[in-house]
Amino acid sequence: MTPLVSVTDLSVAFPTGDRTVRAVDGLSFALAPGGALGIVGESGSGKSTAAYALLGLHRGTGAQVGGSVQVAGHDVQAADEAALRRIRGGVAAMVFQDPLSSLDPYQAVGDQIAEVYRVHRPGVSRRAARERAAEVLDRVGIPDAARRARSRPHEFSGGMRQRALIAMALACEPRLLVADEPTTALDVTVQAQILGLLGELRAETGMGLILVTHDLGVAAGSVDDLLVMKDGRAVEHGPVRDVLETPREPYTRALLAAVPRVNVRRSVEPVPATDDSVLLEATGLRREFGRGRHTVTAVDDVTLTVRAGETVGVVGESGSGKTTLGRMLVRLLEPTGGELRYRGRDIRGLKERELRPFRSELQMVFQDPVSSLNPRRSIGESIADPLRAAGTLDDAAIVARVRELLERVGLDPDAYHRYPHEFSGGQRQRVGIARALAPEPKLIVCDEPVSALDVTTQAQVVRLLGELQRDLGLALVFIAHDLAVVRQVSDRLVVMQGGRIVEQGPADAVYERPEHAYTRGLLAAVPRLGTEEGTEDGTALQGASA
Amino acid sequence: MTDTLATPQPEAAAPASGARQVWRRLRTRRSALAAAAVLGLLVLLALGAPLLAALEGQDPVTYHDTLVDSARGGVPLGSFGGAGAEHWLGVEPGTGRDLFARLLYGARISLFVALGATVVQVLIGVAVGLAAALGNRLLDSVLSHLTDVMVAMPSLVFTIALFAVVPSDFPRPVLLIVVIGLLNWGSTARLVRAQTLGLKKLDYVTAARLTGGSPWRVARRELLPALAAPVITYAAILLPSNVVIEAGLSFLGVGIKPPTPSWGQMLSSATTWFRADPMYVLMPSLLLFVTVLAFTVLGDGVRAALDPREASRLRVGRAGRRKSAATSPEGGAA
Amino acid sequence: MNGLAGYFLRRALGALAVVLVLSLVVYATFYIAPGDPARLACGPRCNPEQLRQVREQLSLGDPFYLQYWHFLQGLVAGHDYSTGTGVLHCTAPCFGQSYQSNQLVTDLLAERLPVTASLALGAMVLWLLLGIGTGLLSALRRGGATERVLTWLTLAGTATPVFITGLGLLMLFCVYLEWLPFPTYVPLADDPEQWAWNLALPWAALALLESAKYARLTRSSMLETLAEDHIRTFRAYGLTERAVVGRHALRGALPPVIALTAVDLGSMFGNAVLTETLFGLPGLGQLLVHATQTIDIPVVVAVVMVTGTAVVLANIVADVLYAVADRRVALR
Repeated sequence: MTPLVSVTDLSVAFPTGDRTVRAVDGLSFALAPGGALGIVGESGSGKSTAAYALLGLHRGTGAQVGGSVQVAGHDVQAADEAALRRIRGGVAAMVFQDPLSSLDPYQAVGDQIAEVYRVHRPGVSRRAARERAAEVLDRVGIPDAARRARSRPHEFSGGMRQRALIAMALACEPRLLVADEPTTALDVTVQAQILGLLGELRAETGMGLILVTHDLGVAAGSVDDLLVMKDGRAVEHGPVRDVLETPREPYTRALLAAVPRVNVRRSVEPVPATDDSVLLEATGLRREFGRGRHTVTAVDDVTLTVRAGETVGVVGESGSGKTTLGRMLVRLLEPTGGELRYRGRDIRGLKERELRPFRSELQMVFQDPVSSLNPRRSIGESIADPLRAAGTLDDAAIVARVRELLERVGLDPDAYHRYPHEFSGGQRQRVGIARALAPEPKLIVCDEPVSALDVTTQAQVVRLLGELQRDLGLALVFIAHDLAVVRQVSDRLVVMQGGRIVEQGPADAVYERPEHAYTRGLLAAVPRLGTEEGTEDGTALQGASA
Repeated sequence: MTDTLATPQPEAAAPASGARQVWRRLRTRRSALAAAAVLGLLVLLALGAPLLAALEGQDPVTYHDTLVDSARGGVPLGSFGGAGAEHWLGVEPGTGRDLFARLLYGARISLFVALGATVVQVLIGVAVGLAAALGNRLLDSVLSHLTDVMVAMPSLVFTIALFAVVPSDFPRPVLLIVVIGLLNWGSTARLVRAQTLGLKKLDYVTAARLTGGSPWRVARRELLPALAAPVITYAAILLPSNVVIEAGLSFLGVGIKPPTPSWGQMLSSATTWFRADPMYVLMPSLLLFVTVLAFTVLGDGVRAALDPREASRLRVGRAGRRKSAATSPEGGAA
Repeated sequence: MNGLAGYFLRRALGALAVVLVLSLVVYATFYIAPGDPARLACGPRCNPEQLRQVREQLSLGDPFYLQYWHFLQGLVAGHDYSTGTGVLHCTAPCFGQSYQSNQLVTDLLAERLPVTASLALGAMVLWLLLGIGTGLLSALRRGGATERVLTWLTLAGTATPVFITGLGLLMLFCVYLEWLPFPTYVPLADDPEQWAWNLALPWAALALLESAKYARLTRSSMLETLAEDHIRTFRAYGLTERAVVGRHALRGALPPVIALTAVDLGSMFGNAVLTETLFGLPGLGQLLVHATQTIDIPVVVAVVMVTGTAVVLANIVADVLYAVADRRVALR
């Protein structure tokens, strides 16, 4: 049987200025008809670049492509323009990561699908093409498809848009579907639906699937074979069970060890709760944005307490109000209603000036390691900022303290005078943590502190936060969309939906015996590697230090 | 901690920051360097106008009746508008004033007014833009509407009209600076507001609020340095347009008053002489064109050097060598 | 669509407010600030008796708000002036009488407007075609010699003030080649052919400058659109480059150009003034320049109000077009 896809010694290089970056280097793999291959790797591993080569998308970009790519008997490398156009969409179709920007904002979704259909079925009338569009939209689960086909992309939700893109891919009955991070921009429950849909379609049409993703969990449940990439090369390639359960390569093992598991308990004992150690207390907290008819309530009637030295995890999907809540807790935002007490003192309505004494006690770590540091100031100066603002230490003492902090977060103390762009994402996040630690706070709100990081870096940063908390007796509020990450750090868990708390309690209790239907749905949707059932001894966290 | 990378590792693409990086990128653009050289020369000529005129042995105001042919209505005697050892670029038709000296003194006026007006525009624009972006909702709404109106209004028409009522005893160049500055700050304010709003959303500005410093401290350390680059770029775009406005007003006879020489005014009188004395049209036109072109090219270069997107972006699709997608200044007006 | 109608209404009310504020500022600037309008209106050889009469006629004794109210009334409802022998009726947008010629300003405007309109509209057609065409060509021929030549041409175009381009064209076509007549205005109704021939040079002068600006904007807007993700999608689905550009990229690239057309009307008026003065066309610009030099306040005020209002109206039209093109704007 001839394989559907056969890639031999593929290399892709981008000339940039005076040097050439080899994004893919000597990659070979094959896919049987109807098979499914997952290509996984961290950022910069070349996985998307390799996928783009399957449709000849590097042609004309200045990239140097070498080796051979065969898709369903077509030689993609040798095909002329017209032949390549027939392959694109007709033989192999691609689904992109960001469903909003991947569709023409000015055109009805149905028309866009119909247009693509007519390109590959030249004789078809407009009417027939439109009917085909409605048919495939219906197939991917868009309700009332014939009518919704006339809507434009911005009238669809994120999940619906991704369905529409998949419908476009289906329209011409391709033999291969290439999906590039198709669920990365989506919430976990929607992700589960989309992955389910891809599986169904594959079974129904017999088309092959190549799924490119950074998330091993996503790949685990959706593909037959797994290809692990690092620095443009294949590290390990084999049946998915073999790779996940008996990885041969050290890199694969490290990668797997770093993946947070939602069904594994935290290794540290929860902090014993005593009422007199309450730091922050929110009662009926509420925040509205906008005025009049356009008022949106982002957070509604939220009541929670944070005690000294404990970690409260806050999880929720996009739009659940978790970020707004986090910003209110450190009083970057003023609550519209409710009560917010810090050590018994009401800080809800305080003016900026009155808040100053509290600023050093309540700090924050941000999501984006790029935008959270001023690119024009050295990292030492950024960390020193709160110390200088306080004005209690002299210059030498400040520098000494910053050096100490840099060392504490695992960076070179001599990096004081270096600028943010000289650091990797994980290192920048460490700088952000050092800055938050500088004024010796009692509580740090971490807003998605690891979601922009690769999985191995993620594990390192999470471990650092855990250590700091134990050593310094910090209270943490850990906000994240990733339930597995939150489980690794939380003593207590708060689940938010639509601005409200739907469930809160001791972390293990909520994870193991969720009471609210929403929490149960959320937990069920988390992709699992499916290899460590029963190993509830916290190896995940320890493994990260390998 | 074996897993931490104790020494920083430079990443592939450094963001556009720091004067040195901008300079490095600007240096690779030959057209921008040439433009800068031309402008440098022009500034030197303007500054040294009295000296150079003295070297020539002439001044911009003395009439030379003997050098023009009064029988033919005042056309300069000799070829090329009377150019020679005495008068390097010839003389003005009708009056016989020295053209070289008048052109140099004209450059002084042109550059002085353009620079002054740009400073006024930038000061007002930055103040209004910052106030709109940092103030409360009402202030923002009022200032933004005002800015929109200022951008759209026919500012040259208004500027001309204003000269009907300005005090006539005031020094003209200063008056021009004030009037041009007051009526043309809209686009700068719009740019500053948009940039500031964008910066305010950045986490590092939020983080600075958490340091407990005063709002002024935050603005000075985090906002203003980041605004410098776009404002400087924009000033480089404003300069040539101010040169043109001044020349235009003087051309219409409402700008610089005679006997002070200015390029626009020379062009205006040249319109009656272009048949008989083409040299008189050519020189001021050429100077004005070269000045504006040099400013525009330099402005383009500075903008490209400051634009982080300049760092090559590879795209999937077609088309050959992709360098930069330079955005035009009009992009902001849309 | 209800949202769109509401949006239009909001924009129209906003525009009305802008015109009102403009009238107040203009009135304050030109009638209150500079000394004595009565003396200006009366002229240099004016005896005290005449001055008193003029003052009365202009109701300068009234407080400011009443005078302004009068001014507004004139604009909206017109005005009647007693001329001693009879009554002179000044119809709806009444700006009073010219200090210089004693003609009604409205009549002066009516006389001059067709010239400026001919110049502006003709040039606009020319520069939109030229500008958008050049911009698209230079965006689609990325990286070639065509692009480099066009880039330099447009750069030179933006750097040349309209009076220099005009002067150059005039010298070339009227003096040396003698292909075209030295422009004088011939009304369209009288002789369309002569109208066009005479306006050819002014059109070209104005259009060359403006088209360079449009070429640059169109180019950058097109390049930005071509870099968007949805363009990649259609390329990845086998559409020809022509279909990608024609059906998807153009649609996204043109709205900023529409927006510029309105915003730019103001600066176009400025360049039209320069063009008219250079070519000696008796349009609004020439009227304004002359009125400024002779301190003919009612005429100056009228030209400012007319051009200002035209710009405001053009902006509403552009906003609505933009909203129709991209409904998300109106829904925001």
